[in-house]
Amino acid sequence: MAEVTFLEALRQGLWEEMERDERVFILGEDVGLYGGAFKVTDGFAKKFGESRVIDTPISEAAIVGAAAGAAHMGLRPVAEMQFIDFISCAYDMLTNYVATARYRAGLATPMVVRGPCGGYVRGGPFHSQNPEAAFLHTPGLKIVYPATVRDAKGLIKSSIRDDDPVLYLEHKWLYRRIKEQLPEGEEILTPIGQARIAREGKHLSIITYGATLWKSLEAAAQLEQQDGVSVEVLDLRTLLPLDDAAIVSTVKKTNKVLIVHEDTRTGGIAGEIAARINEQAFEWLDGPIMRVTAHDVPLPYAPTLEDFVLPQTDDIVRAARWLSKY
Amino acid sequence: MALPATRPTGAFPSGAAGAALSTDQLLEIYYYLRLTRTLEERLVALYRQTKVIGGLFRSLGQEGESVASAYALERGRNKDILSPLIRNLGSMLVMGAQPIEILRQYMAKADSPTRGRELNVHFNDLEKGYLGQISHLGDMIPVMAGIALSFKMRGQPRVGLVYIGDGGTSTGTFHEGLNLAAVQRLPMVVVGEYNHWAYSTPPEKQFAVKDLADKAKGYGIPAVTVDGNDVFAVYEATKFALDRARRGKGVHFIEVKTYRRKGHAEHDDQHYVPKDVLDLWSKSNDPMDRYTQRILAADLVEQKELKEIDDRVRVAVDQATDACVNEPLPAAESALPDVYVDPPAAEKLWFKAL
Ligand SMILES: Cc1ncc(C[n+]2csc(CCOP(=O)(O)OP(=O)(O)O)c2C)c(N)n1
Ligand SMILES: [Mg+2]
Repeated sequence: MAEVTFLEALRQGLWEEMERDERVFILGEDVGLYGGAFKVTDGFAKKFGESRVIDTPISEAAIVGAAAGAAHMGLRPVAEMQFIDFISCAYDMLTNYVATARYRAGLATPMVVRGPCGGYVRGGPFHSQNPEAAFLHTPGLKIVYPATVRDAKGLIKSSIRDDDPVLYLEHKWLYRRIKEQLPEGEEILTPIGQARIAREGKHLSIITYGATLWKSLEAAAQLEQQDGVSVEVLDLRTLLPLDDAAIVSTVKKTNKVLIVHEDTRTGGIAGEIAARINEQAFEWLDGPIMRVTAHDVPLPYAPTLEDFVLPQTDDIVRAARWLSKY
Repeated sequence: MALPATRPTGAFPSGAAGAALSTDQLLEIYYYLRLTRTLEERLVALYRQTKVIGGLFRSLGQEGESVASAYALERGRNKDILSPLIRNLGSMLVMGAQPIEILRQYMAKADSPTRGRELNVHFNDLEKGYLGQISHLGDMIPVMAGIALSFKMRGQPRVGLVYIGDGGTSTGTFHEGLNLAAVQRLPMVVVGEYNHWAYSTPPEKQFAVKDLADKAKGYGIPAVTVDGNDVFAVYEATKFALDRARRGKGVHFIEVKTYRRKGHAEHDDQHYVPKDVLDLWSKSNDPMDRYTQRILAADLVEQKELKEIDDRVRVAVDQATDACVNEPLPAAESALPDVYVDPPAAEKLWFKAL
């Protein structure tokens, strides 16, 4: 066992897949000798050669498009967006070309697009985004969003092995903030499409993912201690396709649901989850399905503003307390 | 004025372009060079004291091209418009951005031009003539094309100037924006900054042409490559391009050859940059040193006048810092207004009221 960070776990996962399968290669800006803006691919070019760890021009559409072409030919590209905010430059490629390839043309496009996302880091409006909702509406893509060290590794490996295109979102606030013991020598593969109960509880469920998993767990601990409210926390891990069974099962257990995400509210994934609960477990609800999300504004830079706009542990505590009394 | 010839990087120019500038103008250019450098040094100090909230990006070694290109513009209300990049602090200052505004931006103060919403030099003052960039590289090219289009449609003798990095020229928006501007023969000047790096990526991994100016052929527009650390050469080339655009002759591309002497941002130790190359650029090709030597050697100004400016700048930067360093950050709920005109503010979410 060795204690590793989220970032190191992701690195290990990529490394192991590169070693295991020579079809896997990495492309992106500054990923080669520099090892990536956040050092995720540090040492990769040295080990695997610059032909498998390719420094590209600043051309996100070309990175994603070229990954697609290589994937059609049987390779397994992993494309890095230096910050996930720049994935918007490849939106056309991903949504029109990549996502539709299997359905419209019977083309296999096994590729991963990954990159640092998320706020709480004073990054301002263009280095803090959570783009999942923009791609959730795109049949043909899968979206994974690991929150734990183990899943950082397990999901990158599963994403690379998946036969369809996967968007792998990694929260930069988690990169070096969380650590976990990972067994050495054991193959960690987190199945895509399966949520995980991060904390068992009886009175209320929080459904979340990414950085807000940790804020939700903090809130759950406070509620247990201060109010005697037992909160279950479900970590979605995969956003597309959603794990309906896990969602319905926690609703049936606690009968109250709070959905927490860092993305803005309108058009966010919480709305989709609420609709599914409504369709599949309405009778089991003892209260309204409530949301704690970011406010509907571009993410501002100043700490006071960012802290207000993004959901905080205190917000989750107050919201859950209110719902538990409903 | 003839099209300025390409000068090899590093060579001291011999042209007499400086003669066209008055002593006051020469001193003013010196003032902006010094202000850029001193203000940036102050920002480094504030960064080390963790008073700068986000990253800090340096323009050390590139002040010359920023200041000289902006100085060639017609400045003031309803005059030319410029869109700077992160390393064009000097251009912003020439256009009239105040040191205190820059300091407040970096420290995310409530009274900063964007009231804490945006970072560093990402802010505008269209009256003074500058439009702030967004992070997405290349995006300002089509936007500036639109600004230039408005000049053309209204028959105004105004020009838009926009910067792009060597790395930024690889974006789709750079291509689309420049092509549109070229086809429409818009009054626009593009300054391509060949500073040898895009983060850690060297030019040969960025494009297969030798010079950025080679790219202009593909758009059917004229281009020139100039020594970016020669203030006079950049000024002259920009002036020429602006005059041409103002006369309705369309887009002009100016490549400035320069060198990024600091890492991509303060966190980057630029271990990938050869030390001897850095030394060469800082010791024998610093744009401020070259400018100063040149104007002194030609007896255009006196040492004492430069010293006075240095002192004046130091006092101004000190005063600006003292005036804002302890100012408050914006009030939390000021995050909500201005997403639209109507509704005037975004909804405060339900859980905040509990
Ligand atoms: C579309 C896009 N992709 C990636 C980035 C991340 N990024 C920020 S600056 C930079 C390098 C820019 O190099 P260059 O254009 O040469 O400008 P310089 O930093 O040299 O001034 C990169 C890759 C970005 N801002 N925008
Ligand atoms: Mg550059």
